[in-house]
Amino acid sequence: MTRYLLKRLFWMVPLLVGISLVSFLIMHLAPGDITTTEAGFNPKASEESRQKLRQLYHLDEPVLVQYGYWLKRMATLDFGTSFATHQRPVFLEKKDEQGNVSKGLIQEALPVTLLINVLSLGLIVVAALPLGVASALYQNRPPDRAITVFVFVGFAVPGFWLALMLMYWLGVVNSWLPISGLHSLNYEKMGLLAQWVDSAKHLAIPVFISALGGLAGISLFVKNGMLDVLHQDYITTARAKGLPENIVVYRHALRNAMLPLITLLGLSIPGLIGGSVIAESLFAIPGMGKLFYDAVMMRDFPVIMGILTIGAALTLIGNLLADIAYAWADPRVRRGVLH
Amino acid sequence: MPRIICIGILFTLLSACGNGRGLPQADLDAAYPAESGGVMIDAMSGEPSGLIPMIAGESAASAIASRIFNSLLKYDRNLELEGELAQSWEISKDQKTITFRLKPELKWADGTPLTSADVLFTWQLVTDDKTRTPYGADYKLAIKAETPDALTFRVSYAQPYAPALDSWSGLQILPKHLLEGQDINTTAFARKPVGSHYYQLEEWKEGERISLVRNPNATQGPPRIDRLVSRFIPDPASQFLELMADNIDVMNLNPVQYARIVPARPEMNKKIALYKELGNGYTYLGFNLKHKPFDDVRVRQAINYAIDKQELIDGVLLGLGEPVASPYKPGTRWVNPQLEPYPYDPATARQLLREAGFEDHDGDGILDRDGKPLAFEILTNQNKQREMSAVLIQRRLKEIGIDVKIRVLEWASFLGRYIKTGDFDVVVLGWSLSLDPDQYSIWHSSQTKPGQFNFINYNNPQVDRLLEKGRLELNPDKRMKIYHEFSRILLADSPIVYLYEGYGLPAIHKRVRGIDNPAPPAGIGYNSQDWYIPTPLRRAEISAQ
Repeated sequence: MTRYLLKRLFWMVPLLVGISLVSFLIMHLAPGDITTTEAGFNPKASEESRQKLRQLYHLDEPVLVQYGYWLKRMATLDFGTSFATHQRPVFLEKKDEQGNVSKGLIQEALPVTLLINVLSLGLIVVAALPLGVASALYQNRPPDRAITVFVFVGFAVPGFWLALMLMYWLGVVNSWLPISGLHSLNYEKMGLLAQWVDSAKHLAIPVFISALGGLAGISLFVKNGMLDVLHQDYITTARAKGLPENIVVYRHALRNAMLPLITLLGLSIPGLIGGSVIAESLFAIPGMGKLFYDAVMMRDFPVIMGILTIGAALTLIGNLLADIAYAWADPRVRRGVLH
Repeated sequence: MPRIICIGILFTLLSACGNGRGLPQADLDAAYPAESGGVMIDAMSGEPSGLIPMIAGESAASAIASRIFNSLLKYDRNLELEGELAQSWEISKDQKTITFRLKPELKWADGTPLTSADVLFTWQLVTDDKTRTPYGADYKLAIKAETPDALTFRVSYAQPYAPALDSWSGLQILPKHLLEGQDINTTAFARKPVGSHYYQLEEWKEGERISLVRNPNATQGPPRIDRLVSRFIPDPASQFLELMADNIDVMNLNPVQYARIVPARPEMNKKIALYKELGNGYTYLGFNLKHKPFDDVRVRQAINYAIDKQELIDGVLLGLGEPVASPYKPGTRWVNPQLEPYPYDPATARQLLREAGFEDHDGDGILDRDGKPLAFEILTNQNKQREMSAVLIQRRLKEIGIDVKIRVLEWASFLGRYIKTGDFDVVVLGWSLSLDPDQYSIWHSSQTKPGQFNFINYNNPQVDRLLEKGRLELNPDKRMKIYHEFSRILLADSPIVYLYEGYGLPAIHKRVRGIDNPAPPAGIGYNSQDWYIPTPLRRAEISAQ
């Protein structure tokens, strides 16, 4: 087992290097660089000054040489500093001699995105389970039809439109919820409970919107899982034993129906660090989607590479964990008989 | 039972949300005396990358930094230069040396005296090769800068340089005592600046907002409003909802919001005042003069006649724009009053094209010459107004027999792949300009190398001479004549078609008073230090802090 693990870990390194090389090359295929976007069309900014900036950022050297610089820094886990934002660190905060801390870009954006994605995934599961179970129990009858229509309307409705409608209805017409942002202006002066309520109010619409789109997939998954299980012999046995129907459904059927769901949720873990640009712009949430989009638009190469690398590493780790779980369960996998 | 508790919590939450906000019950249309205090909240679509203006080039940074830092000079309400940190300035007889005399007793926000040493230090920074700024070129033309005493700053040029004064109105002075010996590119000062202007940084919540508070040592006297809060809201629709809900006081509207949405809503009209100020830039259709047939002035003029500018203003800007005939801001002295835009005149356009040899020989509705149809592609970037303009132009040109395709590109690709390489026929773009009339970098024939700004390859020896002359002439009246002549030739040559100049459309809550309406040439912001918010109109929960 240890040998297998070491082997897998070892193979992750070339894989990661390969992914980063391909990302780096594709990124440089797009025309333009930070000097075209930052001051590209200001007649006050001369071409000589821009050439000077290009040299400072090593943008005048061949792409592979630039990749070499990047790789050298990465070898010490240094994600570098952003071109665009006063050389802020890409990943983690840095301290200068005077003790001034400058926060990392990903360090700031990641918790926000993670929080929203975890809450929305939680909401999806909480809502999808009863919906899926109800659909399965009332298959092809009105409740099933109603649920299917509801989840598909939720899936099909454009998120930005619904978001704007909710912002208008709940924020402008009724002033129940704040419209955008993460905190109220007087957040710091609130008590702890009030701060929690304030955050919950700010997150309510974004989390709801982000959950609504994912509901259809998961609830149908639960429904199909339930239907499969409900037709199995042991359910018939359980019913024959005279168990009450809700114990049959919730204790015997649902638990087994949930196994594939757990696999599915495990696979969605790397997706948790990705944010939606549209939602984040709309709600003025400083998350990963907006960070990545802005970095691409600005050609801020260190930030783009930082986000891609972290994403790739998380995906590889996710796959590794899944494989380890299989290997643990199935000796054929760890001996390399099966792949 | 748990379900009942849940519903109970839900109701408590909802009722907690309902109170606390909403308009104060004061009359928004009544007159109130000017007074100090209050908070004004605006929305910005981007977050500044830092607050050192020479390094952070984007508009969000300069909007905030211009409230924190002073320059030597500034433009007044009529866009004439006046002293800001400088009490007076003097130009030597040979026009090569400018001596600035600072106002006495100037202080930084931290109480340290602000002297000519700070000015010299800032000049050294902006011209230092290690400083990552794209704006050094103007200042590098100064060959010597010195400080004879603490209140005098003298700068000398190798030859007279007329845009110099304008350039000194653009250089915001930084404190030497806090920045000396630091790396300006990475210093933490960019996130906690100390300036000398009306406001100082109170708090910067990354990704959310910046708040400024009144600077007690402000060199230009105290502003009336206590605090300015800028919230970062990228989406204009969300900004508009926040304005409707009374969570922000200021935002810039687009023409549809300005002309259609706000007037149609009485509840918005009641609390929002609309303003209109000319921006300092224009949208144009530019030809690649190296490509045939755009080297022929008759073709350029024909296209100019064929485009209906008023239709563009009405259709794209809903009437909120002005036609232009010279590359300067309407209402300033640099505009030649005798020039008129080309009228919409398809008959003349056809006539000119016939003279240039274009006729529809094969009867397919498209003009051709030497067997080649008159067809080209208009490139523009992802900008709704430019895209719509291109579509209207496409139709008008089709009417006189020109086949036009439109391609819309992302900004960095647009510049890097097409403009820089000169690989384009026609573009729809905009120029935003400085207030100095010098446009050497845009029109002079020496500025056509890749990455330079005369990317349309305009080359007219007469214009070159005028541009060179204009740079050497510091007398405003003589300069004005030079640039009037320059604009006249430019219009006749038609290397670009001026389409329109759009209005900036700020919407401001009626609680903010003291705003000039109609806007003076400098725009409404020129006296923002005198704006005030009467106590009865302030937001309840914020003034309670």
